[in-house]
Amino acid sequence: MPMMNELLEKETLAPKVTRYVVRAPDVARFRQAGQFVIVRIAEDGERIPLTIADADREQGTVTLVVQEVGKTTAAMTRLEVGKPILDVVGPLGAPTHIEKLDYVLGVGGGIGIAPLHPICQAFRAAGTHVEAILGARNKDLLILEDWMRRACDQVHVCTDDGSYGEKGFVTHVLERLIGERKPDLVVAIGPLIMMKMVAKVTQPHGLKTMVSLNPVMVDGTGMCGGCRVSVGGKTRFVCVDGPEFDAHQVDYDELLSRQRFYLEQEKQAYQRYVEAVGHGPEECRIRGGQQS
Amino acid sequence: MSDAATPEGTPKKKKSTLFKEPRSAMPEQDPQERIKNFREVPFGYTPELARREAERCIQCKKPHCIDGCPVAIDIPRFIRQIHEGDFDAAVKTIKETNVLPAICGRVCPQEEQCEKVCNLADSKKYQPVAIGRLERFAADWEAARGKIEPPTCAAPTGKKVAVVGAGPAGLTVAVDLARRGHKVVVMEALHKAGGVLVYGIPEFRLPKVIVGREVDTLAKMGVELRTNVVVGKSIPVDDLLQEYDAVFIGTGAGLPYFMGIPGENLNGIYSANEYLTRVNLMRAYNFPTDDTPVCRGRKVAVVGGGNVAMDSARTALRMGADEVHLLYRRTRTEMPARIEEVHHAEEEGVRFQFLTAPLKYVGDKENRVCGAHCQRFELGEPDASGRRRPVPIKGDEFDIELDMAVCAIGNGPNPLVPNAQPDIKTRRGGNIVAEKGTCRTSKKGVFAGGDIVLGAATVILAMGAGRNAAQAIDDYLKTGEWPELGELEVK
Ligand SMILES: Cc1cc2nc3c(=O)[nH]c(=O)nc-3n(C[C@H](O)[C@H](O)[C@H](O)COP(=O)(O)OP(=O)(O)OC[C@H]3O[C@@H](n4cnc5c(N)ncnc54)[C@H](O)[C@@H]3O)c2cc1C
Ligand code: SF4
Ligand code: FES
Repeated sequence: MPMMNELLEKETLAPKVTRYVVRAPDVARFRQAGQFVIVRIAEDGERIPLTIADADREQGTVTLVVQEVGKTTAAMTRLEVGKPILDVVGPLGAPTHIEKLDYVLGVGGGIGIAPLHPICQAFRAAGTHVEAILGARNKDLLILEDWMRRACDQVHVCTDDGSYGEKGFVTHVLERLIGERKPDLVVAIGPLIMMKMVAKVTQPHGLKTMVSLNPVMVDGTGMCGGCRVSVGGKTRFVCVDGPEFDAHQVDYDELLSRQRFYLEQEKQAYQRYVEAVGHGPEECRIRGGQQS
Repeated sequence: MSDAATPEGTPKKKKSTLFKEPRSAMPEQDPQERIKNFREVPFGYTPELARREAERCIQCKKPHCIDGCPVAIDIPRFIRQIHEGDFDAAVKTIKETNVLPAICGRVCPQEEQCEKVCNLADSKKYQPVAIGRLERFAADWEAARGKIEPPTCAAPTGKKVAVVGAGPAGLTVAVDLARRGHKVVVMEALHKAGGVLVYGIPEFRLPKVIVGREVDTLAKMGVELRTNVVVGKSIPVDDLLQEYDAVFIGTGAGLPYFMGIPGENLNGIYSANEYLTRVNLMRAYNFPTDDTPVCRGRKVAVVGGGNVAMDSARTALRMGADEVHLLYRRTRTEMPARIEEVHHAEEEGVRFQFLTAPLKYVGDKENRVCGAHCQRFELGEPDASGRRRPVPIKGDEFDIELDMAVCAIGNGPNPLVPNAQPDIKTRRGGNIVAEKGTCRTSKKGVFAGGDIVLGAATVILAMGAGRNAAQAIDDYLKTGEWPELGELEVK
């Protein structure tokens, strides 16, 4: 019997961004676009949510794309190919509602391009015209462009510093594209600030917009309420009611503060880890919460 | 009491009058010491104390205690065996009907069950026999001698049953079915088996090695445990029915309720489930050795009056809080927590604020909770549950300062399975509809029991349901019959 949760491949996509391929036949079989897994890599480890970037039913594998933002994501890069990952649970969360629409526009920022990928794939498979805007701080940090080119009818790239594609933020490209043709749906995944800005851009146009949220989680099954957010004034649990929500209803500031609640502890754990493994990162890039 | 001989010299046992004495206390850690650690509070009876307490039992002709026990343990018999010093026999007696005595001895609300109806208590003059402490003693005695015998299993029947959820309900079904020779696979969403026993109830009340021991027994009986499987997500119930001859759903009441008051999503406000899971299951008390962090509040409010609230409050003390305030809308008499836990919480310095509940939470610039605005209540007419309803006293409001709060006002049924499988019918409120005594649901081949049916209840009721379900599953595997559901289990 093949080893459960075996790490099959590991590849650096960009500085501090790694792609993992894991054997998880049940997850691969049942996962749908928009869903995620919870991973724990050691007995004393935390449980972190990671969105599924791709899956292969025949091979029984799932692909995760992970940015190093804290101790666990850093320690993941040292996992050995051929060994099992301790716990992989999923697929969790509600799948994206996929239907045939005329035109869907995806907006992916940084690591958010990974979870956007299966959603674009699924809409296109349903017969929708799909375009995507991919944004990154610079050329080196742009990931999965080739995947997205295969998954979409058209891809628009921009970088903050202009080192690749258009110079500027995804919101600039977004303004221009919706000026040209109105999409039926905008799906934005990336840093919270980006999603908030995208929502601001699309709201006056009355464009239906979905965002995929990434709060701190524990169980991922609706048991703890740690992942709660306010959406349209109501408390929702992201792990079971989401992760996708109406972009115009989300209280981004609340979520941002909740993501940053454990910042001090996360830094402490990361620092401790770095000292233990004996290699120092040039900059400590910890942000609140676990980024998928 | 050495002269057991009558004047005539015929040796005759003198009738013990110990029942008139107060019940024997269990030695326990000093309150000031124990709030600095997570070790279990009581040490348990010594053999001497146990035999003394057992002697208090008057071996009634009509022992009401048995009726008070949801799984009808032969209480007088095991107590007599303890009194006689035959502890092995006592354990055997208990295990005839209760597969998890070390757990039940610690967490059952005995004062509401066997001890409530003990004839000694009934007399109003005397204290009931400490049945729970004796049960715990017997189970611990067996474990300490390292020879826990797994129940023997019948020859394999070739039938396979999937058990969903590894809480007390699921574990009991698994043991009872394995005994009957069926192949059992237990699927658990979390990375560890035990349900509330591992993620909710803290170490100082129920050491995790005890739960681990019971789970090991399961493995010894050939039960297969698959952790990290979320049924309804990782695999649909319908797929399970293809592969298994029957399915038992014991997914518990794992949906935390919030009050829905302003400020409840501020940082530093937890559901009891989250707080306890972080500390117990994820061992946040060990941070940073263990990775999971948790807020270490100095001034903590816990809202609620049940076991969950007591566990949260006492955990917060152990995590270094200077002050823990328990806010409860009613009074001490209505508190649903076990008496022993209330007593322990009080000894440890938890401050009870009765007839009080928060109206809203207040946050600082960083969105961290820094206070609560509270309302005082008085008791009015009894409500549907028979408890007197708290009525707000107009204008009697006040503010408290705090830097952490835990909401322990209750849990709803876990909606994952019923949402994914709508042909498993639920009642209003989301509990799965199941037949009384058999745990059969509206879907053929699917049984359900424990908190998912009863609402947040107790360990022993979950176990009782597990027993009934195992019997009914066994019958179903033999006959394949699925008649119309009769009387339903009500919450
Ligand atoms: C903090 C706390 C303290 C308590 N103290 C006491 C006490 O002192 N005495 C007492 O008698 N009772 C107490 N209770 C109540 C008692 O623990 C419960 O009544 C009992 O555990 C219910 O057992 P169960 O097997 O039905 O469910 P649970 O113990 O809740 O177990 C359900 C299991 O199913 C798993 N699960 C859920 N969904 C799925 C799925 N889709 N797929 C796979 N697995 C799934 C869950 O992860 C969990 O492990 C307490 C409860 C809490 C929360
Ligand atoms: S009712 Fe009390 S005294 Fe009577 S047999 Fe039961 S435990 Fe003993
Ligand atoms: S992570 Fe616990 S409820 Fe969502």
